[in-house]
Amino acid sequence: MNTTNCYHCGDDCAKTIIEFDEKNFCCNGCKTVYEIFSSNDLSYYYDLQAAAGATPKTVEGKYDFLDTTPIVERLTEFNDGDLQIVNLYVPHIHCSSCIWVLENLNKLNPYINNSQVDFPKKTVRVTYRVSDISLKDVAVLLAKIGYEPYISLDDYDTIKKGVDRSLIYKVGIAGFAFGNVMFLSFPEYFDLASSESSGGEFWLNKYQNVFRWLMFAFSLPVVFYAGKDYFISAFKGLKNNILNIDVPIALGISVLFIRSTLEISFNWGPGFFDSLTGLVFFLLLGKFFQQKTYSFLSFERDYKSYFPIAVTKILPNGKEETAQVYDIKRGDRLLIRNEELIPVDGILINGIARIDYSFVTGESEAVYKESGAKVFAGGKQMNSAIEIEVLKSVSQSYLTQLWSNSVFQKDTSNTFQTLTDSIGKRFTLSVLTIAFVATSYWLFFDSSKALNVFTAVLIIACPCAIALASPFTLGNMLRIFGRKKFYLKDTETIEQLAKVDTAIFDKTGTITTSKKSTAVYEGIALTLEEQLLLKNTLRISNHQLSRSLYNLLEEYNIVPLDEYKEHTGEGIEGTIRDQHMKIGSSSFTGNTETKNAENTSVHISSNNSYKGRFIFANTYRKGIAELFKDMSETFQLAILSGDNSGEKTTLEKLLPKLTPLYFNQKPKDKLEFIESLQNQDKKVLMVGDGLNDAGALAQANVGIAISENVNIFSPACDAILDATKFRELYQYILASKQAIKIIKLSFILSLLYNVVGLYFAVTGQLQPVIAAILMPLSSISVVAFATLMTNLLGRKLK
Amino acid sequence: MSVIYVLLTISIIVAVIFFTAFIVSVRSGQYDDSYTPSVRMLFEDELVAENSVTEQEQTKNTNPTK
Repeated sequence: MNTTNCYHCGDDCAKTIIEFDEKNFCCNGCKTVYEIFSSNDLSYYYDLQAAAGATPKTVEGKYDFLDTTPIVERLTEFNDGDLQIVNLYVPHIHCSSCIWVLENLNKLNPYINNSQVDFPKKTVRVTYRVSDISLKDVAVLLAKIGYEPYISLDDYDTIKKGVDRSLIYKVGIAGFAFGNVMFLSFPEYFDLASSESSGGEFWLNKYQNVFRWLMFAFSLPVVFYAGKDYFISAFKGLKNNILNIDVPIALGISVLFIRSTLEISFNWGPGFFDSLTGLVFFLLLGKFFQQKTYSFLSFERDYKSYFPIAVTKILPNGKEETAQVYDIKRGDRLLIRNEELIPVDGILINGIARIDYSFVTGESEAVYKESGAKVFAGGKQMNSAIEIEVLKSVSQSYLTQLWSNSVFQKDTSNTFQTLTDSIGKRFTLSVLTIAFVATSYWLFFDSSKALNVFTAVLIIACPCAIALASPFTLGNMLRIFGRKKFYLKDTETIEQLAKVDTAIFDKTGTITTSKKSTAVYEGIALTLEEQLLLKNTLRISNHQLSRSLYNLLEEYNIVPLDEYKEHTGEGIEGTIRDQHMKIGSSSFTGNTETKNAENTSVHISSNNSYKGRFIFANTYRKGIAELFKDMSETFQLAILSGDNSGEKTTLEKLLPKLTPLYFNQKPKDKLEFIESLQNQDKKVLMVGDGLNDAGALAQANVGIAISENVNIFSPACDAILDATKFRELYQYILASKQAIKIIKLSFILSLLYNVVGLYFAVTGQLQPVIAAILMPLSSISVVAFATLMTNLLGRKLK
Repeated sequence: MSVIYVLLTISIIVAVIFFTAFIVSVRSGQYDDSYTPSVRMLFEDELVAENSVTEQEQTKNTNPTK
């Protein structure tokens, strides 16, 4: 059977093919988008990239809240009452066609002045005139062409802040000064031993001071602006009694600057301005390299990124009104439409709820609720509209309460001592010792040289190369991991990962896939006619379980049904001739036995007699058994699941013996479990996926979120791992350990340079030119070594 | 006054001009998105071809006012 793919979205047009303009479409939605594009001269969209579109979803009423003025005020970047600029996040942006069509929005609606796409961030900035088109119209227009903007409570809450570009400025200034100072130092380099007294080059000597004071001028912004972070950090460290790596750096910078200034003031020598600016420039470059951000990912998400800004409130007089979610109070009545998220805990009043809690638990299967039942915040309604009465406000709801835990307020970044810092401490102490010993020696023999030697030691020992080893090794590892679809928040995560000795896994969605793809039949065997009827009945239903069961069953001829009926929340019925079949819940099919009700199952009854059921089993990710086997050798493992213990026996078979399994864990339990392990001095790695793991992910030393689609969903964490790479997790941890080894080797290499430099310094023969050669040479070779080694390491990774 | 002062002044002025250009470009956000412009520049040609009709109309409309 050859499949026809949709011209617009590229999906398989399995059931119904809609032909239009000699092209095939899978649904009316796709066809409509094609019509819009082709009638507006935008069909070039399809030439850029075939089948780039997305099926537009029904949006009726979805963007109604954008009519509310205070909300519009908060969302727009610029608003003078006439012109508005808004930056919308559009998750579907994925190819050049997307950029092209979104930047030509004004062809679809002439009132849109301008639209600009930021591809890495997946945002589009739209400028429009309010008098002619409202923000809601813009959002609806985007949704209509398949580029649904994603607007969440987070957009409402965060005050738009400017981008922090100070590091780029600092690198720019340091680089600029470094280059100029180098040029201005050339006369000194070429005319090493000369001075007026020894009859050196007249011309150079005459203008010597001009060059020197110019260098001084260039170094001022470097010391006082570009390098100021090192002073601040060193000061903070000393205040807390920590000797971090910035202490010797700050010491080095200030000694370089003061000694150089004194040298040129009293005409003792040319000073070390070239080394000084070069040092700061290289250090900042390292910092810059370390900063790799994945702009399309967010590691800081909390529930706000998933919650809507506003919902529809039903007033006592029956009227509907848009209400901001923070204004929802206990006792309010809310209308939740299809595909909308329930923002608060409440009681179902009206309608049949089919709620998908996958945001909360990772479990993709929707649950049915009838009026009177409790519904929890974070669920997504998948059926027609429902009405709920509010029980708790947003911040007090079951799910959101988790975020009031102190874990989310704590700034963990300062508590971890990096490898560089711990080495920096020992380094500083030994450098100071050498400096004092050498100085006292010279005081004894030749006191005129003592000060010279003291400063020279501090200058040459400035740990530029050491400070660079870690940013370049880890920064490069970060990029390598990124290419392997393992996205880390920052370089510190690698160091933390290398120290981990305990690994805790969530079950649903983490070690299982979210798709259900195996089902076992249990009960009286079905006859051929029954199987045929089953398959054909399932074919019509759109229910998620029907679809997955349909795909699992063998192929049969397609036979039209004589009768078909769907009972929402219960099941479906189908009849061919005298054969009648009911498919659905246990009670619907008249099942009286209740055993093993924990597993998801679809029950079958034929001609009103119960036959049996299909039990869906969780599908575990590929290679899970091997991964656990490998990891169990060096790690302590455990499974923490929010689910019931229905899968216990399967898990026991799959995992290494005696792996502890914990079921029915609430989000808070998970957090406390991790905490208790940490109290036993364990370094814990938590691997999870849903918002219910968010607390545990935040508490753990390293929290890794597994994501089937990295662009869409992940709770706050330290790293995001693409689900397809789950098998490689252990390799990545090992690679992190290797990276730490590379840093240590780099330290040794840079220490060798320091020994050579110290020889010159201690013996009192440090010439500026030696410093100017040694400093960049050691930095460059350490950087080259670190980059080369990490690349070799990365090549071995899958 | 020696020529070296003139030369130094010129060289520093040139350097400062480039430096300011760098700062201004960072400030305007040119480096915030380093990917999209590379794709966008490839669209220019097609746009002109399709826009030609509407542009003519626009120029017609604006001409009388001039």
